[in-house]
Amino acid sequence: MSNYKWPDRNTRTLIGKRTTRVDSSVKVSGQAKYTYDVKRPGMLYGKMVRCPYAHSKVISIDTSAAEKMSGVKAVHVVQGPGTQIHWAGDEVVAIAAVDERTAEDAARLVIVKYEKLPHLVSDAEPPKGAAEEQGPLSVDDLEDMLDNQVPDRQMVQQIQQYGISFKPTEDLLKEAKDDGAADSVIEAVRNATVHEGAATRPKPYYQKAAAIIQGEPDKAFSEAEVIGEGVYGIPVITHCCLESHGSTSEWTSPNHLFVHMSTQNVSGIAAQMAEPLKIPASNIRVRQEHIGGGFGSKFSPDRWGIVTAELSKKAGGKPVRMMLERDSELKVAGARPSAFAHVKIAAKKDGTVTAWRSESWGTGGPGGGGMPPIPYVFNIPNQHKEHTAIRNNIGPARAWRAPNHPQAAVLTMCAMEDLAAKLNMDPLALFQKNLSITGARAKNYAEEFGIAADLMGWKQKWHPRPAAVPTGLARGVGLSIHTWGGRGHNSDCDFTIHPDGSVDIKMGTQDLGTGTRTAILVVAADTLGIPIDAINLQIGDTLYPPSGGSGGSTTIGGVSSSTRRAAVDARDTLFAKVAPALNAQPHDLECTNGTVSVKSDPSRSLIWKQACAKIGAMPVTNRGKNPDRNKPPDLTNSGVAGVQMAEVEVDPETGIVQVKKMVAVQDCGLVVNIKTAESQCLGALIMGISYSLFEEKIMDPITGVMLNPNMEFYRLAGLNDVPELVVHMMTGEGYDERGVIGLGEPPVISPGAAISNAVANALGVRVPFLPLTPDRVLSAISQKAGA
Amino acid sequence: MPDDDSKKNLAEHSGVSRRDFLKISTISAAVPLVAGPQTVLAAGEQVPVYGPGKVPMALTVNGKRCALHLEPRVTLLDALRDDLDITGAKRVCDRGECGACTVLMDNKLVYACSVLAIEAQGKQIETVECLMENGKLHPIQKAFVDRDASQCGFCTPGFVVACKSLLDKHPNPTPEDIRRGLSGNFCRCGTYAGIREVILESSRTTKGA
Repeated sequence: MSNYKWPDRNTRTLIGKRTTRVDSSVKVSGQAKYTYDVKRPGMLYGKMVRCPYAHSKVISIDTSAAEKMSGVKAVHVVQGPGTQIHWAGDEVVAIAAVDERTAEDAARLVIVKYEKLPHLVSDAEPPKGAAEEQGPLSVDDLEDMLDNQVPDRQMVQQIQQYGISFKPTEDLLKEAKDDGAADSVIEAVRNATVHEGAATRPKPYYQKAAAIIQGEPDKAFSEAEVIGEGVYGIPVITHCCLESHGSTSEWTSPNHLFVHMSTQNVSGIAAQMAEPLKIPASNIRVRQEHIGGGFGSKFSPDRWGIVTAELSKKAGGKPVRMMLERDSELKVAGARPSAFAHVKIAAKKDGTVTAWRSESWGTGGPGGGGMPPIPYVFNIPNQHKEHTAIRNNIGPARAWRAPNHPQAAVLTMCAMEDLAAKLNMDPLALFQKNLSITGARAKNYAEEFGIAADLMGWKQKWHPRPAAVPTGLARGVGLSIHTWGGRGHNSDCDFTIHPDGSVDIKMGTQDLGTGTRTAILVVAADTLGIPIDAINLQIGDTLYPPSGGSGGSTTIGGVSSSTRRAAVDARDTLFAKVAPALNAQPHDLECTNGTVSVKSDPSRSLIWKQACAKIGAMPVTNRGKNPDRNKPPDLTNSGVAGVQMAEVEVDPETGIVQVKKMVAVQDCGLVVNIKTAESQCLGALIMGISYSLFEEKIMDPITGVMLNPNMEFYRLAGLNDVPELVVHMMTGEGYDERGVIGLGEPPVISPGAAISNAVANALGVRVPFLPLTPDRVLSAISQKAGA
Repeated sequence: MPDDDSKKNLAEHSGVSRRDFLKISTISAAVPLVAGPQTVLAAGEQVPVYGPGKVPMALTVNGKRCALHLEPRVTLLDALRDDLDITGAKRVCDRGECGACTVLMDNKLVYACSVLAIEAQGKQIETVECLMENGKLHPIQKAFVDRDASQCGFCTPGFVVACKSLLDKHPNPTPEDIRRGLSGNFCRCGTYAGIREVILESSRTTKGA
């Protein structure tokens, strides 16, 4: 069996070095074609009629005027009379026309009558006694939990506690697994108590899960020497991908569909479209060259993706493009669940944390959502946790880069920093004091704390909280830590060496702007000892072998591992063909610097092209396949540690917060490409500044609609909001040998907590909820003054 | 009566009475467009009236003259992307907030989503596509590549054009120049750190030259 192991540090030529992103040139020159840029011959333009009400019932739809309009080629009712609509902006009627303006005009002619129903769009603290205890879980409940990425342990706990209201047939279990349910969840469903017929009652707005208790929290609190206490929260925000969601579909025959889609999941889309369209998945080709952002919101074809296929069918197979408008993108195409909590932490005077108590709530839209994994990273021995999920009418939640973790970081790390303030302790010392309960990565955190503190100048900058709010500009520093899994996903890689020396790689993966293309080429070129530009890489098409969706930081592990396997096998195949010509055994050969040579006698060598000519007349293809996920991974791993520190300046007169400096120290095992890894951390810090200071999906309680579905009032951080950023990747001994681990999620987790803590350090008062807008800062200051 | 007065004023100032306006609408609907646009007297001048149907127009994009047949309500951005297949400028907010559609019009930065194609006639339109020469990246594009200043890349063409315009105007920009010059463009992946380095590097290059 081949030895796939990563090359040693001293023999690596590209892996772990700084390689320039291979697709930058096409991006900076405007040549890169995104789904939004694809123009197919005879293409029609799709538009959606959307429901203006947060909760309503469709009474009647009249599309006759739209259908008569010149230029309109297809009208499709998405949700017909009698349907209940659960959020404003949901899809009702779709139209395809010869150009976009005609489609828009036609959409305006559609008359839909609604019966308005009562709605809730708030995620404020549930009124006392309003929450109902969770009953037996329905299939919908489980789907909602999966959609909201409720942590596995919580799902299992709830399934065991409440039972289920349906028979767990093998088909249902398989479906749940396909939807991403963990094996532990499937087992829990299989063994759950069945309460048939219990699922018919309507779902309440507020649903309380059973308290989760670990250790002896009551005893620990009664024995506590100090108790820290506070309320913290992080609102619903949107993904705001710059390329909105959308696709172009065309029927190339009565039962063959060709789809261009903006997606994080090229290989997984056909299977999701097959069922609603009633054609085999094998008849659906999906393609995407470049994607303008996903961040967790683009794994499914979505209703509007299916609709482009329906419209195309009605229009005789003509291509139909529908890309969401900016307002729809922000209203319906994804949001991150909110999380709020009253937290108490018990500790000894020396800072040893002994117990945690939290009453949390939050919303993931109609599905309610779960409790973030609190207390985060610090596994405090005694815990009492209660969570209320709010099911409301703000629109559905989607995975948002590091689902549930930024929320957990805010709820935990802010409470820890408040505890430190109460103890008159440097929070860095408090975090270090409790390192032993951080688990397997404690040693990494310890190392990272030292590096981060030096890079930030923590010792010089940290000060005890001021007793009174300063009158002039106030500076402060804060920190947070985080973790993530990030093991590689399933991925197949076809690796072909041609007799003329050219090399092809084909993979059904996608590059979200993370540098996936570059990483694949780095691994392949390093393995074969040839330059990156000697390899022709093709991705983003269902014509190529399947690769997992790019979620949960699993892509780099998946593609680097399958590419390494395929490349090693291809190399060994080549060695077997070349060995006789070099009068050597295949295992005596190596390929470096564009030659294949005998290790012990480099003078016996062939240049790459000559070596490949020995293959024969036909090219050779090897397929790299990752080991089964039930087995321990060999080239990849799971579990990273990261430490971040922020320095802010706050103006107590205006309430304006400016981030002055941020430091990220991050581990991700063996780094494939330092250059793009650093960029990803820098980007995460900036995204973190954006959600800490500006971002919030603001809902109007009266009308139930989103008030800021645009880019002036849903404000992103701009160039001028970006301070000095320092990124330090952990590499070398203790890191490299763990294998490749994902990096997409981890660095975006801590900024909210670190920045909030820095503001508390500057002002001496906690601004409880993100984003840290001037009104929130001023209100926290005046509350302190009034206290 | 004030009402009558204001109506009279309006008629005098615009040169179009309500009755005239109705008459004109009827005429313009009846007259084939090949005869050229209908004109009306407005503020003492003969002003052409276009649309609402498609009208012929001509745009000069990246030095090439392109004949088009579009409704007057079509934006420059949609004309570029949908009718000329020049897709470097991206459609993101479609209302002048994000800068992803930034192009140059007579050497001035504009949001192509907020200019009508019909208004862009007779002007030199330059998009990100024209910056490469003989297949070689412009130094600013090269700096974007070297500094890894793009991730998903959707905002990148707008930023490249904005950076070029900034550096053309201010070869050695002050922090305030940079602040003003690039405050009209947003990025979601967070590539600003690289973009700032692009500006610093490019201004150094200029200094050295």
